[in-house]
Amino acid sequence: MIHDFTYLKPSSLKEALTMLEEHKDDCKVICGGQSLLIIMRQGLLVTDYLIDIKHIKELDYIQFDAKAGLKIGATTTHHTIETSDVIKKNYPVLVAMENKLASIQVRNWGTIGGNLAHGDPSGDPASVLIALKANIKVGNAKGGRTLTLEDFCVDFFETALEEGEIVLEVQVPTPEAKTGATYQKFNLLESDQGMVAAAAAVTLNGGGKCKDVRVVLGNAGPKPVRIKRVEELLRGKGYDEKLFAEAGKIASEDCEPVTDIHASEEHRRHLLGVLTKRMLKQAWEQAKG
Amino acid sequence: MEKQLLTLTVNGQPYELYINPKTLLVEVIRDHIGLTGTKRGCSTVSCGSCTVMLNGMAVKSCSILAMQAEGAQVTTIEGLEQTGELAPIQKAFIDHGAFQCGFCTSGMIMTAQALLDENPNPTEWEIREGIEGNICRCTGYNSIVRAIDATAKGNYKEV
Repeated sequence: MIHDFTYLKPSSLKEALTMLEEHKDDCKVICGGQSLLIIMRQGLLVTDYLIDIKHIKELDYIQFDAKAGLKIGATTTHHTIETSDVIKKNYPVLVAMENKLASIQVRNWGTIGGNLAHGDPSGDPASVLIALKANIKVGNAKGGRTLTLEDFCVDFFETALEEGEIVLEVQVPTPEAKTGATYQKFNLLESDQGMVAAAAAVTLNGGGKCKDVRVVLGNAGPKPVRIKRVEELLRGKGYDEKLFAEAGKIASEDCEPVTDIHASEEHRRHLLGVLTKRMLKQAWEQAKG
Repeated sequence: MEKQLLTLTVNGQPYELYINPKTLLVEVIRDHIGLTGTKRGCSTVSCGSCTVMLNGMAVKSCSILAMQAEGAQVTTIEGLEQTGELAPIQKAFIDHGAFQCGFCTSGMIMTAQALLDENPNPTEWEIREGIEGNICRCTGYNSIVRAIDATAKGNYKEV
């Protein structure tokens, strides 16, 4: 059962940040609430004040500029992202990820800022966005700061947000020429959370060698897990099936998944190895064009 | 805890309610307004039986605070029928045997209607993906997919 709280509905971002400053010791922010209300109902989260920012239009936008990259406001819904023409054209991997995020009902109401602020390691967007080198802008009543999404994800359901701060914007740089990016999760029910997931981004140089690469695994540890040993292995190398197999092996060693009701640690390590191998290969082929 | 005023429109009828702000949209629909066609199933955003349309979008009413529907137009299964005549999608569900126990049906139909409103000519795959947020334990889904497909093809045009 959900515990009683005082519901606050600020009419602007400024008012929201003022309320947050005033109640920072005993408040929680709700946006779509698709994750938050579940843990409130389970009694895992009790708050005196609930500040609703769902309707704040100032944070509901998608902007793209070839130089500045993509900017997505925190209250933008998943469905707005998956149907955005500019994202379809420039970041197809984000559309593919969103299409597989929960169900249409959740995507209609849930927001990108809420998803990232929740800090669930099985959430879909974070690992893809980290592979795309995304930054996140957060702010409080005194001002804003921007940090890498990788640094923003701290631990299991824990982010770098400090008291009085909320997520304002996700920023994704424009991918370099000859970049491919892929994402796949493994789950038993289509609309379920992923048992594990892998995101890969590969950039090739003029000679077709790997110039830059990122591999980020979802639900493979307390936060999205970047496999840096794979990145070191592939940089400067040419296309080679054996390298992808080696990368998969490294990923299954370097991830830190847990055993739970959905899968054992051993099974997860195996799946993460297979997905890493496949995603790297697909991203590489995409990058070749 | 202080009760707060909520104004919303359900199936074209305006309501003014004083509610505990922790009340969920499904609770307002069923317990305050008394429209029990919308079902409360898993309460964890999984099963889809509580699906209603909010400003034309399918949403799961078990996981939305009613206060977040302030000023919204909500449509429930009761709102599909017009002047005593079932909506095309409802007729199609009957003709195709698209339900057995019926518990998932109202949510399934609301999801299907929202899908057809957004994409009037879905492929079979788009229908299957579109209803992935609704669980049915009786039919095996094929009859549901056929009912939605028949509606999209205009076999149940409103008279």
